[in-house]
Amino acid sequence: MAVIHDMMPAFELLQPAGLDDAISLLDKYGNEAMVLAGGLDSMDWLKDRIRRPRYVVDLGAIEGLRGVKASGDGVEIGAMTTLTEVVRSPLLREKFGVLMEGAEKAASPQIRNQGTIGGNVSQDTRCWYYRAGWSCYRAGGNVCYADTPTAVNREHAIFGADRCVAVNPSDTAPALIVLDAKMVIRSAQGERIVDAQDYFIGPGTDITRLTVLQPGELLTAIRIPGTWAGAQFYVEKVADRKVWDFPLVNIAAAIKTSGNTIQGMRMAVNAVAARPMRLEAVEAFVAGKPRNAETANAAGDIAVQGAIALAHNAYKIPMMRNLVKRAIRGGDNGWASTS
Amino acid sequence: MANNYKYIGKNYTTPDLVAKVTGKAKYAEDYRAEGMLFIKLLLSPMPHARVVNVDASRALALPGVKGILRASDFPAPPAPPAPPAGQPAPPPPALPPEIALTDEPVYQGEPILAIAAVDETTAADAIDLIQVDYEPLPFVVDPLDSLRPASPNARTQGNVYTGAGPTLKVVDLKWTEADFAAAKEGKLPMGEAPDTFVLGDVEEGFKKADLILDETLYSQSTGHQPLETRTAMAYWQNGKLFLHGSTQSVAQTVPNIARMVGIKVEEVVLISEFTGGGFGSKIPGSGSMAIPALMSKKVNAPCMMRITREEEHYIGRARAGMYGRAKIGFRKDGKIVAMDFFTLQDNGPYNPQGDYRSAGSMASLQFQPETYRWRGITVLTNTPPRTSQRSPGGMQMNALLDPIMAQAAGKLGIDHVELLKINAPVGKAPYGPVVPATKKQAYVTQANVREALDQGAALFKWNEKKATLAAGNRHGTKVRGIGVAVGPYTAGSIGFDGIAIVRPDGKVQVQSGIGNLGTESVIDCQRVYAEVLDTAWEHFEVVWGNTAKGLPWTCVSAGSQTVHAMTRAAHAAAMDTKKKLQEVAAKALGGNPDSYQVSEGRVFSGGRSLSFADAAKKAIELGGKYDGHEVPEDINSFTKSSMKVLAGQGLIGVAKDSYKRDGNTHSFVAGFAEVEVDVETGAWHVVEYAAVADVGTILHPRNLFAQTFGGSMLGMGHAISQKWVYDKQYGVALARRFHHNKPPSIMDIPASVKIDATDIADPETPVGSRGIGEPPVGAGCGAVAAALVNALGAEAFRRYPMTPDLLLTSIESKTWQHDALTAHI
Repeated sequence: MAVIHDMMPAFELLQPAGLDDAISLLDKYGNEAMVLAGGLDSMDWLKDRIRRPRYVVDLGAIEGLRGVKASGDGVEIGAMTTLTEVVRSPLLREKFGVLMEGAEKAASPQIRNQGTIGGNVSQDTRCWYYRAGWSCYRAGGNVCYADTPTAVNREHAIFGADRCVAVNPSDTAPALIVLDAKMVIRSAQGERIVDAQDYFIGPGTDITRLTVLQPGELLTAIRIPGTWAGAQFYVEKVADRKVWDFPLVNIAAAIKTSGNTIQGMRMAVNAVAARPMRLEAVEAFVAGKPRNAETANAAGDIAVQGAIALAHNAYKIPMMRNLVKRAIRGGDNGWASTS
Repeated sequence: MANNYKYIGKNYTTPDLVAKVTGKAKYAEDYRAEGMLFIKLLLSPMPHARVVNVDASRALALPGVKGILRASDFPAPPAPPAPPAGQPAPPPPALPPEIALTDEPVYQGEPILAIAAVDETTAADAIDLIQVDYEPLPFVVDPLDSLRPASPNARTQGNVYTGAGPTLKVVDLKWTEADFAAAKEGKLPMGEAPDTFVLGDVEEGFKKADLILDETLYSQSTGHQPLETRTAMAYWQNGKLFLHGSTQSVAQTVPNIARMVGIKVEEVVLISEFTGGGFGSKIPGSGSMAIPALMSKKVNAPCMMRITREEEHYIGRARAGMYGRAKIGFRKDGKIVAMDFFTLQDNGPYNPQGDYRSAGSMASLQFQPETYRWRGITVLTNTPPRTSQRSPGGMQMNALLDPIMAQAAGKLGIDHVELLKINAPVGKAPYGPVVPATKKQAYVTQANVREALDQGAALFKWNEKKATLAAGNRHGTKVRGIGVAVGPYTAGSIGFDGIAIVRPDGKVQVQSGIGNLGTESVIDCQRVYAEVLDTAWEHFEVVWGNTAKGLPWTCVSAGSQTVHAMTRAAHAAAMDTKKKLQEVAAKALGGNPDSYQVSEGRVFSGGRSLSFADAAKKAIELGGKYDGHEVPEDINSFTKSSMKVLAGQGLIGVAKDSYKRDGNTHSFVAGFAEVEVDVETGAWHVVEYAAVADVGTILHPRNLFAQTFGGSMLGMGHAISQKWVYDKQYGVALARRFHHNKPPSIMDIPASVKIDATDIADPETPVGSRGIGEPPVGAGCGAVAAALVNALGAEAFRRYPMTPDLLLTSIESKTWQHDALTAHI
């Protein structure tokens, strides 16, 4: 068969007005249905004619899935809340600036107006072999085209490779892990709640998915507890361009100090493995230590232990190490002005 | 004309602007015709193959499918003209010409066939149903790979072009293992190179050098990626082809369409009022325009072919990537006494590209080395077709040489601006190979590079910045550096035509055959009419973008030639208009024509005065040359055809530019950049950029500065992020869309950009203006690259773009580690 891209094949568009309707449609159609949130990830699959669902369930009309609201000492964010709304939420800015900043670094303003927080954490990998429709492990085949001697794998994994070397590209996932967010998942069988760090899975768990979501399941909300509200946050993303780009490596951290001593820290990085990585060894190492360059340097070295580079991505090891270092050390002042 | 213009050099609002900013402008895709069908393409999944069989039966049976177009539906290329008696017949072409569909795809994504259907969904579904059997053929995507012993060739005929013109051919050329020994040290191997030119004795030159640098760099291939893809719509009416397309050059696209479709020039009507960018990829339109034209004829219905972003990646043309190795000898006073420049060009699969020759030539212009040798080879690859991209070869020259100049400035202890001034072209500076006919090098009309460098250094505050950096170039993890480069390029041709009509309503209607490709030269050049006729711009209307409306023969908008060529043509036609106004007034009112002045819509002498409106009516009455029924012999046949449409509409000025010119017109831009690098992440950005253009008289300041800015960004994008990526093993594109190919984004634009121009009139053209399109590109790329060398040292990078991964690797390992000898990664 010929290959043609950039033209969506026909499908039946279902636009439920309420969450229960959406859940029952997903239950009814199972693997035949695709969930459409902001469309930034799913439209590519459709336009490339690689995924050909019979039904597309558009969540856009479900008001209940949108918005940021206070919940106890934390907040609850509807899965269909746009990234722009996340960035502009006074509640998040006040208490959980790490998420605001992470969301602000995603894609471009136009894409953030359309893209949702639920979509951002549930998006598929951007491995260009897989996304072009190659029959790789992740697509159900038995080859990883990104891990051959001549493959171009600058963007790929340095951790957790298991047949597949793709990475998770989400810019909000590290912040959500750092904040110990709870992912609310609904299906016809009811509701389950998963910790953010467990929401994401590697190829060893299921090579065809990046999250725990099963067909018929829907991420409906993200609950952020007050645990880390107002902590000292650090967010950074390194990318080729200043806007409209996926991360080469990104990082988020929340640190609580007493004087100059680190009382506790949560830290996560993304784009280095198929799942965003919480750096628990680093967290354990820094607890109780002074927040200084010495601690930061040692933490950086611990962070990248076990990293394995591919042909074109060895740079990710020092990049991740340095991001960990400076997240702990804190940014420096740099040049005073722009000129 | 004295340099105290009323209209030239002044800002004004071009008449197309409101439509552009309000979205009312109609591009090719915005047109609809009764019964219009839509076309989708079937693209080759393989980098090189032979189509063995196509089974389209299921597709053609699909309801709504109206037709299929194959390569065999295209007209045979016209036979070459018969040789003069006694002369041998010309050799067959080196390669079969590229046509828009093929049965031997030579790159992945090359269109095999087209389907027309009632809508795009149906056409795409039909494509899905077609079974194509391919016989895979050897392929290669990296030109260096194709020179290795026993390596594959991109074409069955061979892998390297040799010769030029009638001696052009494709041969099978391989280098030896011994040639490749240099690759082990990261240096570009330099085996047999078919092309060379030499100025003086370069080996003797190196003996005089106090510093010799020998550096290898790689400048990447990049798609042109105009925002408007090359969509086209076509229909036939009364034996004529009406084509709505996207082109850089309206007049000269017509013969190209006629040739591709196999019809006469008079049988083509091209409508292209607005073009969303071309950058060299749509100089005479696109080969793909022939698909809707021929399909429309075949299925007897209008056909729209919208080109998607991914298709644009494949068929939308690209800059030729280039490996470069330069050995440069400097005397301790900074003078370049010897330069030995080797360029290995990625030619793509089709026509021979001239970038590598231009790079060799522009290096000799820009650095005026005392002795010089250029060697070049252009290697065919199974990657998308190349064509000129804004500053073809010029930009690669800057990319390959300016980092070396930055390194030399540091090693010699000479200020980088001074180093460029010491070696700068001056006045009628020579360049390129010795021309056999004259036994001398060609030379430019005028170079004021030192003036541009001085003006730019002041604008940029070079010395202040240098002093600041000398006191410490690192704050925290951020290191800064400054760099400078001069982009030279051709900037003007001669010999085209102009037409203006003084209408009976008193307006002056100027016919513009220039494409509206975003540069505004389509309008700006016509300001010359207002200047010559000394009449307010509000009296003028410009007609453009529709060849049914009678347009003059016009240069292609390429090679930065338009402003120069078409202000000359406008000047010639305006002078003809003025002369006819004077003659008509004398005939109507008596007296000597020369005693009449033209100003503000009137032609007058003493108390006798005629309005333009009355002069137009009188001209129609007089007929003959006055209303365009008689035309000058020397104008182009295209202009003559247009005059048949226009004759009788008023007093018509029409003339060919036959002004003299001594030298070949070139422009220059001096670019200055400050960059900041985060040494812990390799992330960097351009903090500030300044550019001064040496382009003769400023025609329209706002557009000149916009072009300088845009061109600079295109060049900087080659340093920052833009690239394409191919998998060598499979020969297919991995980076297929904007977010993969990464042209610079709006946030990559420096926070501070300052632009100015020398505004020194070119002595070899009546208006004094030269083109600006290309020179800023190389300046932008070179200045940023030089600034990175200044910030991080010569070991920071060996390939473009300098993405954070490359810089961080260099910074961490204290030397460059990345591979400069692999393309498309």
